[in-house]
Amino acid sequence: MLATATSTSAMQGGFKDVPTEAARQFRAIMNAIARPGRIETLDGATPPAPMSVAAGVMVLTLCDPDTGLHLAGDHDTPNIRAWVQFHTGAPIVPAEDADFAIGRWDALAPLTTYAIGTPEYPDRSATLIVEMDALSSTGAILTGPGIKDTARLSLPETDAFLRNALLFPLGLDFFFCADTRLASLPRTTKVTKGGAS
Amino acid sequence: MNDYNFAYLDEQTKRMIRRAILKGLAIPGYQVPFASREMPMPFGWGTGGVQVSAATLTPEDVFKVIDQGADDTTNAVSIRKFFQATAGVDTTEETDKATVIQTRHRIPEAALNEDQILVYQVPIPEPLRFLEPRETETRKMHSLEEYGLMHVKLYEDIARHGAIATAYAYPVKVEGRYVMDPSPIPKFDNPKMTMPAIQLFGAGREQRIYALPPYTEVVSLDFEDYPFEASKADHSCELCGADDSYLDEVIVDDQGGRIFVCSDTAYCASRQTALQDAAAAQHEEISA
Repeated sequence: MLATATSTSAMQGGFKDVPTEAARQFRAIMNAIARPGRIETLDGATPPAPMSVAAGVMVLTLCDPDTGLHLAGDHDTPNIRAWVQFHTGAPIVPAEDADFAIGRWDALAPLTTYAIGTPEYPDRSATLIVEMDALSSTGAILTGPGIKDTARLSLPETDAFLRNALLFPLGLDFFFCADTRLASLPRTTKVTKGGAS
Repeated sequence: MNDYNFAYLDEQTKRMIRRAILKGLAIPGYQVPFASREMPMPFGWGTGGVQVSAATLTPEDVFKVIDQGADDTTNAVSIRKFFQATAGVDTTEETDKATVIQTRHRIPEAALNEDQILVYQVPIPEPLRFLEPRETETRKMHSLEEYGLMHVKLYEDIARHGAIATAYAYPVKVEGRYVMDPSPIPKFDNPKMTMPAIQLFGAGREQRIYALPPYTEVVSLDFEDYPFEASKADHSCELCGADDSYLDEVIVDDQGGRIFVCSDTAYCASRQTALQDAAAAQHEEISA
């Protein structure tokens, strides 16, 4: 059923009851960005492969005709385009115009392409949704707003996030997705390399 | 309840507000513009807070509303009933049972925890507005971190009154970057703003949303020789005896009689109940 859903119909795999499910999923997304490094669980969406459940929920909860969505690398497929189009109506745009961008870490590069906001409007910046194979509370050490002492998160690298944090109050905000799991790293979070935990 | 979409607002509006909340949390203290909607209540009655609550509430939430600390004032009762009707959420007056608390001009006395969200109603979100009326200018001042004017204002307070006379809406600096209006809470509440709960601020008429993630550093502006002081009336609560809570002065007769009582009604009620229970237990012990 799941395998055919992707190819036969873009109309499947959305929220069953949009207002209440979007509310619950948004709470988890908000908790993730308010507490960088904390891993939340999302559900309710079954997007076409290779998009993860968590990334699909992000799209359904936050994207609509007002937000440009960039599909990077292997996420730019006819099936995903059709699914996004049907469920959200979000225009698919190049990286430099994106409010949201989804893809694997390598495919999203270079990060300098994305909008980082302006000094007067730092909120006019892109949110990157990074697809990961796995997500765990290990590796890089995180400090900053939303974190009581320190947190840890298995980031794809650290240098890019160090550079991003230096741009504050400008910068990009990141969400990391692996299957149903979601974690976030806003521009305020300071990242230091951590050994094995 | 089915006559309304969940939590009153349409989905596209809620998505727009939710995106603003996320950017607000990513840039603590920065005012994110949003397309504020007409609500079935006038601007100035908490439409910003109501829109943020509408975008935040889930069906499982327990909702509490306070107005100047009180659960039983017109504004608080109306907003509570509004979300009871449109979102079907449970409501409470007890701070520790609530998951989302909408507030006008107070932070509850009881410490909030990680699973709670505090939504502030904000009349004027721009802390520099009364010093510089032009939005184009204040926006530039924030972008250049040009906050000297605010310190001049506080200095003029000292020059005129001998102390910083600003008693509410006392400006704070967030994570060493943005100067933020904490909404017209008494400065007594300012030190509580570094807390485990998420704090969201909504200004409906002014169309701004801003936010503080948990444990964000919030510092009240001051001078080395005139440090910030969280002040309250120098009394105890007449009803529950609390000497650590923020007090309202209430006139009780036409002879000029006045008493001080807790502004946080839920805190006061819980203390009164505890005192009565203790008295009853003592009475039983004596008579046994």
